[in-house]
This record gives sequence, C-alpha cells and structure tokens, in this order.
Amino acid sequence: MDITFVIEKFVLVAVIFGISLLIAMYSTYAERKVAAFLQDRLGPDRAGPAGMFQPLADGLKMFMKEEIIPTHANKWLFMVGPGLAMLTACIGTAVIPWGSPVTIGSKVISLQVTDINVGVLYIFGVVSLSVYGVMIGGWASNNKYSLLSAIRAASQNISYEVAMGLSIIALLLVTNTLSLKEIVEQQHGWHWNVLYQPVGFILFIVCAFAETNRAPFDLPECETELIGGYHTEYSSMKLGFYLFAEYINMFVSSAVMSTLYFGGYNYPGMDYVATVAGPVIAPLIGTVVLFAKIFAFIFFFMWVRWTIPRFRYDQLMHLGWKVLMPLAIANVIITGIVIAIVEKF
Amino acid sequence: MGTSVFYLVAFLSIFFSLMVIFAKNPVHSVLYLIVTFFTFTVHYILLNAQFLAVVNFIVYMGAIMVLFLFVLMLLNLNKDNEPLKSGLVKVVGIVAGCCLLVTLAGSLKATAVSNPLVLQNVNLGLVKNLGKELFGPFMLPFELSSILLLTAMVGAVLLTKKEKV
Repeated sequence: MDITFVIEKFVLVAVIFGISLLIAMYSTYAERKVAAFLQDRLGPDRAGPAGMFQPLADGLKMFMKEEIIPTHANKWLFMVGPGLAMLTACIGTAVIPWGSPVTIGSKVISLQVTDINVGVLYIFGVVSLSVYGVMIGGWASNNKYSLLSAIRAASQNISYEVAMGLSIIALLLVTNTLSLKEIVEQQHGWHWNVLYQPVGFILFIVCAFAETNRAPFDLPECETELIGGYHTEYSSMKLGFYLFAEYINMFVSSAVMSTLYFGGYNYPGMDYVATVAGPVIAPLIGTVVLFAKIFAFIFFFMWVRWTIPRFRYDQLMHLGWKVLMPLAIANVIITGIVIAIVEKF
Repeated sequence: MGTSVFYLVAFLSIFFSLMVIFAKNPVHSVLYLIVTFFTFTVHYILLNAQFLAVVNFIVYMGAIMVLFLFVLMLLNLNKDNEPLKSGLVKVVGIVAGCCLLVTLAGSLKATAVSNPLVLQNVNLGLVKNLGKELFGPFMLPFELSSILLLTAMVGAVLLTKKEKV
C-alpha cells in the first residue's frame, strides 16, 4: 500500500464527510424554506441574507443548551444512542461512486472510496443497522413514550426492509452485479435502471421514506401520541445528533436512489461533453449532475412531507406487508420471466 | 499481519461472548451479542468470504438481533421481576457445567494440531463463485433448506391468525 493511495483515499473520505454534513446542515434550512413556500410563508429570513446563516445559529444554540441526562436513564447507552445514529448515517457513503474516474496526466483517481463487490448489500446492511441508534436511545431513556417509539421504529424498519430487499433483488436480476461501480457504468447515457424497473423504483422510494423515518412514515416521532418520540428525554447536541442523522440519512438514501435507478453521474449527451471538456472537467460535470439528482430527491422528500399526512399504525403495517411485499414479489417474478424470454429469443 | 489481526479479532469474539453471559441486564447481553456477531463478520472478511460477511451483517446484526432487542425491550426485564432461582437449579447447573468441561477437555486432548487452514480457492467466497456452487453441485440441499424455511414461515403466520380460518 503506497502512501499516495492512503492520502488520496483520506482526502476523499474527508471531503465526502464534509459534504454530507454540509448538505445535512443546509437541508434543515431547505426544509423550512420549502415548508414556508408550500404554506405561503417566508420562512427563516433574519440570520444573514435570506436567512442563510440560520443553520449555524441553530447549531450554536444546540451546543449551548444545558445537557440533561435523566437520573434513571442508563447513562452509557444514553450517550451511545445518538453516536450510533450518526455513525450508521455516515458510513453508507463509502461505496457510492461520486463520479467517473478523473485522469490527471497518467494518474487515474477514482471518485469512490471503495468498490467492494457486494456494494448493494453493504448499503442494505447499513440501512438495517440504522435502527439501533433509535432503539438504544429510546430504551436507555427509561421513559415509556421513548420505549414505545423505539419499538415502533424497530417494527417499522424490519417490515419495510423486506419489501426493500425484494425490490433490490429485481434490480439485481437486471444488472447482474452487486458492485455499485458496475451498476452505474451500465447505465451509460440515458440507459437508466428506472426505465427497466419502474415498479421496483416506486417500491424502493416508498421503503426509503419508511427507513429514514420521514413523513408520512414518521410514526416514531409522532408528537401527538408520543410527546416527542424516541428523543423525548434528549437535550442539547444529543438531540441535535438525532435530528441531524435523519437529514444525513435522507442525503445518503437520495444518493443511493440516484445511483441505483437514476444513472448516478450519467446523463444524456455525456459522450459529447467528454470530447469537448476533456478528461478532468467531464467527470466533475458528471459529479455535479449526480448532486443535482440528489437535491431533486431531497426536495421530493420535503415536498411529500408537506403533502401527505401521517399514516395510522395499522395502515403502515397494512401497506408494508399486504401491498408492498406482494407487489415486490410479483415484480421479481415478472422481471425474471421477461429476462428469461429476452435471453431465449 | 493476517494472523495478528486474526488473533486480535478472535480474542475480541471470545471476550464479547463471555460478556454476553456475564452481563446482568438482558438488554446489555443482546448488545454484546451484536458486537460478537460483528467480530464474526470481520472473521469472514479475513477469509475473503465477502458475501458471507455481508449476509451475516444483514441477517444476524440487522434483522435477528433487532427482533431479539425488540422482544427484550417489550418484556422490560430487570432485577425486580427476575424469577428467583432455587438452590437445586444452581446445583444442577454446576454439575452440567462440569460435565461439559470434562467433555470439552477430553475432546480437545484427542485432537492433534492441524495444519494452518489453506483455502483451496481464494475467491470461493465471492458472490459469483458462491452462487455457482450453491446452484450447481449443492442445488438439492439448497432448495430443501429453502422449503424448510418456507414451512417455518407458514407455521408462524398460522400461529398469529386468531380468528378461525
């Protein structure tokens, strides 16, 4: 392992980590602005021009608040909870290809931290771990409402993972590979997987809403029933971490959806752009396109939040097990049959 | 470097599995068990069995342990409502433990030191090769085990049905 490789990867990891945090920070601002727009208000406009410094002010407020650990809480696990939520939110970005390799002179720099050949399953594993932060925090608070919320989060995640896994299986039948790098390379130009797997994409995005605990699936944070949710007892930056992890999760799942279904850094006419712009600029344009797709998904998340009201718990379970799961199984079977027929003739 | 990493991870596996047994609080036990499973994942990666590693990660850490934790949190066991164990149970436990110790010691004595494990095919654990093995020579056992799982699933669904079918 030579030293330039280590430095290259270290810089890439640091940059991606910084970008995730920055985007999560400005997602809180965007959330308020989008909410204000949809409700015909102005939104935050006091801190800086058009309220641009609002996230900084919020962060400062979170840090300055008094730290309260309830007397009967399990102190150690109470602190582990938010940390785990942040950790699982951040590690998902490691396998996403952020752009096609940049060629500087004779050196080819890959814009992906690591290309493991089970990349899709890695993402799925990280998603399934994400519930631990909520569960541990909710239990350690020693509060009935927090516990109820933690249990809701666990059963919701488990239920929607089934449909999500099945929608990924149908996608894998099309791509024939588990490596995210190869999946993106197959979608060159406009051959995006969403065109081959429209039902799979709809299933995946519904499950992504459920896994990130976003409205209309935000039952673990149902204020009207649970006071606050799993973070009822949390204060100061520990609460901030929970809220922040939700936005990072949103960013990561938007990136995953762009990569798996919307072509990642590919866009129609990229070959022409590559001949004009050269081997350094063209991949960066691809990265900008990827981020545009990610922002579109993040906007969609917010749009849905202010459009569809929260489900009742039985409706949530009904949708997960009796609608999405049969649909996902049918999707797998039909995809398999179509592929078999296409290969035959 | 490979062997020293192996010994470190093996030590951690044993350490955390002991913590599973010695932890007083059942929820702590489950959390230690999750860490133990994570060390198993690392073992699989050291053996270059990437698929097995990530499946262990998803199925054991991500699904089964979530359900364990779920049930334990619902039960909310603690010291106050722990059933008292009678003295007889403890004596039986000690006798059984000693028997196990003797058996283990005897079987360990009989084994010879094996050669260091050498993988026949280093890439066997990659998804493509594993799939070809499972759907080639091991087709029948693989399909039979899937039927076994399906049977268990149907049974579980039937048990939850309260009203008469």
